[in-house]
Amino acid sequence: MALAFDEYGRPFIILKEQEQKTRLRGLEAQKANISAGKAVARILRTSLGPKGMDKMLQSPDGDVTITNDGATILEQMDVDNQIAKLMVELSRSQDYEIGDGTTGVVVLAGALLEQAERLLERGIHPIRIAEGYEMASRIAVEHLEHIAQKFDFGPTNLEPLVQTCMTTLSSKIVNRCKRAMAEICVKAVLSVADLERKDVNLDLIKVEGKVGGKLEDTELIYGITVDKDMSHPQMPKQIEDAKIAILTCPFEPPKPKTKHKVDIDTVEKFQTLRQQEQKYFDDMVQKCKDVGATLVICQWGFDDEANHLLMHRNLPAVRWVGGVELELIAIATGGRIVPRFQELTPEKLGRAGLVREKSFGTTKDKMLYIEHCLNSRAVTIFIRGGNKMIIEETKRSIHDALCVARNLIRNNSIVYGGGSAETACSIAVETASDKYPGVEQYAIRAFADALDAVPMALAENSGLQPIETLSAVKSQQIKENNPHFGIDCNDVGTNDMREQNVFETLIGKQQQILLATQVVKMILKIDDVISPSDY
Amino acid sequence: MAIERILKDDASEEKGERARMASFVGAIAITDLVKTTLGPKGMDKILQSTGRGQAVTVTNDGATILKSLHIDNPAAKVLIDISKVQDDEVGDGTTSVVVLAGELLREAEKLVAAKIHPMTIISGYRMAAECARNALLQRVVDNKENAEKFKLDLMKIAMTTLSSKILSQDKVHFAQLAVDAVMRLKGSTNLEAIQIIKKPGGSLKDSFLDEGFILDKKIGLGQPKRIENAKILVANTAMDTDKVKIYGARVRVDSMSKVAEIEGAEKEKMREKVQKIIAHGINCFVNRQLIYNFPEELFADAGILAIEHADFDGIERLALVTGGEIASTFDNPESVKLGHCKLIEEIMIGEDKLIHFSGVEMGQACTIVLRGASHHVLDEAERSLHDALCVLSQTVNDTRVVLGGGWPEMVMAKAVDELARQTPGKKSHAIEAFSRALVAIPTIIADNAGLDSADLVAQLRAEHHKEGCNAGIDVISGSVGDMAELGISESFKVKQAVLLSATEAAEMILRVDEIITCAPRKREDRM
Repeated sequence: MALAFDEYGRPFIILKEQEQKTRLRGLEAQKANISAGKAVARILRTSLGPKGMDKMLQSPDGDVTITNDGATILEQMDVDNQIAKLMVELSRSQDYEIGDGTTGVVVLAGALLEQAERLLERGIHPIRIAEGYEMASRIAVEHLEHIAQKFDFGPTNLEPLVQTCMTTLSSKIVNRCKRAMAEICVKAVLSVADLERKDVNLDLIKVEGKVGGKLEDTELIYGITVDKDMSHPQMPKQIEDAKIAILTCPFEPPKPKTKHKVDIDTVEKFQTLRQQEQKYFDDMVQKCKDVGATLVICQWGFDDEANHLLMHRNLPAVRWVGGVELELIAIATGGRIVPRFQELTPEKLGRAGLVREKSFGTTKDKMLYIEHCLNSRAVTIFIRGGNKMIIEETKRSIHDALCVARNLIRNNSIVYGGGSAETACSIAVETASDKYPGVEQYAIRAFADALDAVPMALAENSGLQPIETLSAVKSQQIKENNPHFGIDCNDVGTNDMREQNVFETLIGKQQQILLATQVVKMILKIDDVISPSDY
Repeated sequence: MAIERILKDDASEEKGERARMASFVGAIAITDLVKTTLGPKGMDKILQSTGRGQAVTVTNDGATILKSLHIDNPAAKVLIDISKVQDDEVGDGTTSVVVLAGELLREAEKLVAAKIHPMTIISGYRMAAECARNALLQRVVDNKENAEKFKLDLMKIAMTTLSSKILSQDKVHFAQLAVDAVMRLKGSTNLEAIQIIKKPGGSLKDSFLDEGFILDKKIGLGQPKRIENAKILVANTAMDTDKVKIYGARVRVDSMSKVAEIEGAEKEKMREKVQKIIAHGINCFVNRQLIYNFPEELFADAGILAIEHADFDGIERLALVTGGEIASTFDNPESVKLGHCKLIEEIMIGEDKLIHFSGVEMGQACTIVLRGASHHVLDEAERSLHDALCVLSQTVNDTRVVLGGGWPEMVMAKAVDELARQTPGKKSHAIEAFSRALVAIPTIIADNAGLDSADLVAQLRAEHHKEGCNAGIDVISGSVGDMAELGISESFKVKQAVLLSATEAAEMILRVDEIITCAPRKREDRM
């Protein structure tokens, strides 16, 4: 694998330990990269759409995950190939940015790579292809904006939002009760949404799951659930109009951070120390009581004595509550997190209408519900399901649906789903391509073909004839000049996605096209892969 | 050019047909494993652990068997998971749920081979499950209003549950035990109030239900062995040396005499504490932590019964039943709630001494003492009793009851068959398959009992064609019998959970078209 030779034919050593590295160059490198990217896309292709299949993934520790969420599949797959990792990143960034369409973006990128491979074979320079793709993506994004529709919803008219969430959920395992789930998601998002600023802080929505029951039992709680119970088994299980002290200091003797020693050398000292200790516990509880708290939620543990004092003074308490939950409780109840007993004041207490403990099933699982909070902006979606995997998958699906609802609140433009947007873009790009002089024209045309891959995969997964169906939809779109025709995955009988109520968000679709194009450009630009050899 | 590897070296990837095959094979293997334990004549399994001591468990509880298996097949893991959840949620039917899911998959395999798309099968199964549930709902019996009848129902359910277990010989006895225990709970599902104590020796028949509370502890030396009208203080406090808890405190002295002084002060402190405890006016003191000799002596002097080192559950339960609170400080005796009971005495069961609290304030709690020939028998008896208790406590809340002995399956199968006939399209095949899977359960029950299943199930089907039929398999006489007359009942909640979770699990496995197994995590060599 020599790179250069001197006049005696000896190779110059350029790379460190050159012999142990494998190197791919030029067209070969590009082809290898493309085939890796395509392999990843191929795995996800069958998961696309409402009739897409799931993947079963076994983690290195033997845990089983069953999902059809693109981002999750790729993340758990533990890929080794560098290019495949790029695709994983691609799906992840779509997940972070939009939350939905993680499968679609990878399928699109795979299709773009496939088209690029053909162009490379015809001798078109990769940079020219990349540029052509760039132009085409711009056309597609503009066209999307052109066909996008604003749609109105308000606190009274939730139907459109619910419909969109249902589109997202229909491809998941929860589609049996998608209506109920979609309603829960929309209500959850609206209750935390800031409609003025058009923003939603998804951190305020907590998604909790507990095995058992059935999916239909999933509920939206206007408040917080904490997977803890009262610190003392005999404390009251239900508190009305609770005033909550939220503490981050333990009910334990103080532990100064500086290193110190208390020496006991006389009996008097021993006794004073003892009394101080007792007083200390007493003071702590008394301070909570004095400010009028009726419930103490603490991040740390309690000493047995303190625990009993709390019980004795009729002050229910919860211990070992996690930091994140503590913050949520503080937000929901309008309280302040207090780091020291001295700083407790009545204003810093949170308020909740009802705090109750609820137990599940035959095992002693207990959870604490904090409801009717002063500031009901924090909500919890509580999922029940037959087994752990269903719960995990439902959590992921709910996350997707929440993201979609949020995106709609941010920007209420929608495009129609079922592959109709891709088909419309494909037509637009195809027509526009002829206007470009130069080699890019081919790349743009290839881009249009790649866009067809998404509806095609949809049709294939739904058990339809992909080519026939797509060409029918395409001709219908052109003939009637109506971009709402897509693939009829559920066999409803109409191709008009507007009638089927299948929407997707505009930003989600735009982001998909932009991200996929970017990654493909990056992959195309690589012409040299140097990697440590396995042997 | 070869396709680039995108996964790590040891990882494997199975696609399409192969993936489906792998999950079917795994799931069906698990089903076949637990299948023989189903029904009143089901067999037991011996499980030997690989750990130290090679502990042996003999059981026919599906959840216990599956929990102990180490499985590599991902689909099999899904089945084990549903069995566990069934155990947590309703306590019984752990075997049935796995068998039903397995049978559903077995039928699905045939359909897939006949080129029906898994998604079609899933939507067929969903329709069938819904229809089966409704069919069952129409035939439930609810005796909530009639307490006498309801108690009879509970008794029947307990007997049905126990009949498949080791306790079947004395099922009437144990069913009575379980029903009595659950009735005392008055509708709460808190099984903690029912304590099960296992003592080897005697025979299963000698097991009994005690209305009081039994603590598996000894009474301190020299203290009264019998107290009437006991006032009990339940505590969780250190009775060894009461340490100063302020961080960093330590004793540093410069002469022996000072050591003695401090020791004296410590003793004094303990004495004070004991005095305070005594000042509550109690005659029984139960502590979660150790009680050292010195305080024990003080208690003995005061004629107070002191019990040390009662475990946490024991303490909580004791506090619950005697109505006292668990105390850790003793400064205000007037406001601490004390527990009461009529009589505390030391009793002997077998060779062990136990402390018996009778006439406790709250009637909810009770103790079941199990006697049996060996530890294995006792363990299995406890599991069986636990199943029965779970089912009963759930039934108290959801009073709907259905008949047993394969009756619910036949009722559902009939309704599902009806639906299959009305449904156009490929789905009807899936719905039909669902009904076949349902019928498989009575078939297995009959097979396990060594009966001619084909003949029996055919008879059963014919019987069920009549309206309002109560026929099921009577395993004892080996024929089709009237379940209502034989008194074989099951809780509707259990049956519903079996149906829904099995369908859910089957659906989940069917949806998979690719299995990616990551490379196992490398263990570092610690050799």
